[in-house]
Amino acid sequence: MTKARLFLPRDAGALALGADEVEGALVAAQRRRGLEIEIIRTGSRGLYWLEPMIEVATPQGRIAYGPVHAGEVESLFDAGLLDGGAHPLRLGRPEEIPFLKRQTRLVFARCGIVDPLSSADFRAQGGWRGLERAIAIGPAATIEEVVASGLRGRGGAGFPTGIKWRTAAQAKAPQKYVVCNADEGDSGTFADRMIMEGDPFVLIEGMTIAGIAVGATKGYVYIRSEYPHAIQTLRRAIEMARDERALGASILGSPYAFDLEIRIGAGAYVCGEETSLLDSLEGKRGQVRAKPPLPAHKGLFGVPTVINNVISLASVPWILSEGAPAYVDFGIGRSRGTMPIQLAGNLKHRGLFEAAFGLTLGELVDDIAGGTATGRPIRAVQVGGPLGAYFPRALFDTPFDYEAFTAKNGLIGHGGIVAFDDTVDMAQQARFAMEFCAIESCGKCTPCRVGSVRGVEVIDRILRGEKPDENLALLAELCDTMKFGSLCALGGFVPFPVMSALTYFPEDFGSPKAGKAAAA
Amino acid sequence: MAGNDWAGSDWNAERAAARIEALRDQPGALLPILHALQEEFGYIDRAAVPLIAAALNLSRAEVHGVISFYHDFREHPPGTHVLKLCRAEACQSMGADALGAKARERLRVGWGETSADGRVTLEPVFCLGLCACAPAAMIDGKVVGGLNEKSLGVLLDKAVRS
Repeated sequence: MTKARLFLPRDAGALALGADEVEGALVAAQRRRGLEIEIIRTGSRGLYWLEPMIEVATPQGRIAYGPVHAGEVESLFDAGLLDGGAHPLRLGRPEEIPFLKRQTRLVFARCGIVDPLSSADFRAQGGWRGLERAIAIGPAATIEEVVASGLRGRGGAGFPTGIKWRTAAQAKAPQKYVVCNADEGDSGTFADRMIMEGDPFVLIEGMTIAGIAVGATKGYVYIRSEYPHAIQTLRRAIEMARDERALGASILGSPYAFDLEIRIGAGAYVCGEETSLLDSLEGKRGQVRAKPPLPAHKGLFGVPTVINNVISLASVPWILSEGAPAYVDFGIGRSRGTMPIQLAGNLKHRGLFEAAFGLTLGELVDDIAGGTATGRPIRAVQVGGPLGAYFPRALFDTPFDYEAFTAKNGLIGHGGIVAFDDTVDMAQQARFAMEFCAIESCGKCTPCRVGSVRGVEVIDRILRGEKPDENLALLAELCDTMKFGSLCALGGFVPFPVMSALTYFPEDFGSPKAGKAAAA
Repeated sequence: MAGNDWAGSDWNAERAAARIEALRDQPGALLPILHALQEEFGYIDRAAVPLIAAALNLSRAEVHGVISFYHDFREHPPGTHVLKLCRAEACQSMGADALGAKARERLRVGWGETSADGRVTLEPVFCLGLCACAPAAMIDGKVVGGLNEKSLGVLLDKAVRS
């Protein structure tokens, strides 16, 4: 008799909700019942309100159950779990769950389905095909394919990835580096973590393609220390890729050489900024560098360096294997392809939603996420992390696209969406944005280092009712200085959450003039 | 509850020197060395600074500057358990501020401090990437999501007792 196969995520989100306890209960139940079951630990499908989610392989395909509490495992077996039997937690075929069915999964195609540390699974599900094509067509054509795809940096800045690669490729140097920015610090984002835990080989494949394209033989992945599970999984995957000769002196038997090393961050948010990340990798304080020189000319240890976000790199294998025209077919305007949108915070259906650009903010939070988890009305939505603007319902018609958000004084950043219900105090959110900037400022430039501290003080004065009109004007002026005078996006973008809170929610600042000051 | 994941917090110059020696030759060695020392001792003892400075040909001020820049690196031994509570926006939207206040009240500490009995260090963290499972925390390296007052209370009770 063949063993029954159960799939259970080991993604950090699923673990945080009790996946290991569920595994313990499954093992105990199987022993008690004398069953033979193979439990395969996968990444997460990203439907976190249903985690821990168990899937069982049946002749009709996989059947999902969730959210499963360890105490419910016995009743699942009683209901015929292994045959996909009826149970209140039965969700049916996961692909048919609307949240998943409506997605376009290119980057996350394997995530939550395969064993992240099975190279056989990876290969069987289309892995290494992009790398094989890159080897076959060579560096110049590989770069042109990425340029033609229209892929833009998924870390937040949205700079065309192919142009970065071309610049680094044209730089002449005996040593170049590929650096992966896995310092995913924005609250509301977890796509990098999910892919590193759920499909780490795709990142290795993307980095290797980048290495071949620009002529780099060494790559570093800078992962934040807050992600121990991602570090562990990627570390193991790199060893396995070496065994498969997908990394090393002769990649897949080609003349190209490339190898990877993981470096761990140390809790500094600003190290997500590419130049401070490079300083941190060099063993220094993670302080921002003035540009130029661009990292593509003078990056890590002073040599030409391509630095890309995890999702940018993980998008490349699909682009190479399926071709740029297929990728360009997705999206709107200058935002091509898909974006893994992360629905987070106070939402009913929370998780990862990969889709072509162009859905409106309202469709995302009302329709797909189903409103708040608390059942109260959504009051504000912060898009793009702690430096992103707070949008009120009046702006919910904004399409999810780089330019559309910029036009409304916002940003999509790394694709995180955090919803707040009507109990939120927007003045406190504005104050927090300044406080966070003060805590995390690298200290190199004055507008950010001093401005953020003064920002907290000014907001406190407004909230105490001290000369509110003067202080509101001062806050607007301070934000202006930070916006135009800061060296990087930390000080430069913190005015987005502050001024959007003031503009759209003036009543929380206790002054009828707050909105006017913001608009001026 | 299992204790924390470092080997032991008693400073030992020989063990420190061995960890430094093993890593000093790689490019950009300072952060890997600091992580190794914190893994070994739970914090970075002041006595490590001149050893690192000598090994990497840096000034002591430079080494100190790097240690103090990064939130992760502790300059004093932590409590038996380390509770990192997320303070970022996604967790705020699900009530993290109130949980933070409760934890500080229960342990009678401020952020970054250790309870008087030495049992629990409370550290703020700005995002664990568990934003779809908010409010989230990490205790001794174990992630916990969907926290509420009750489950946080249970977590703290366990930590204080064991």
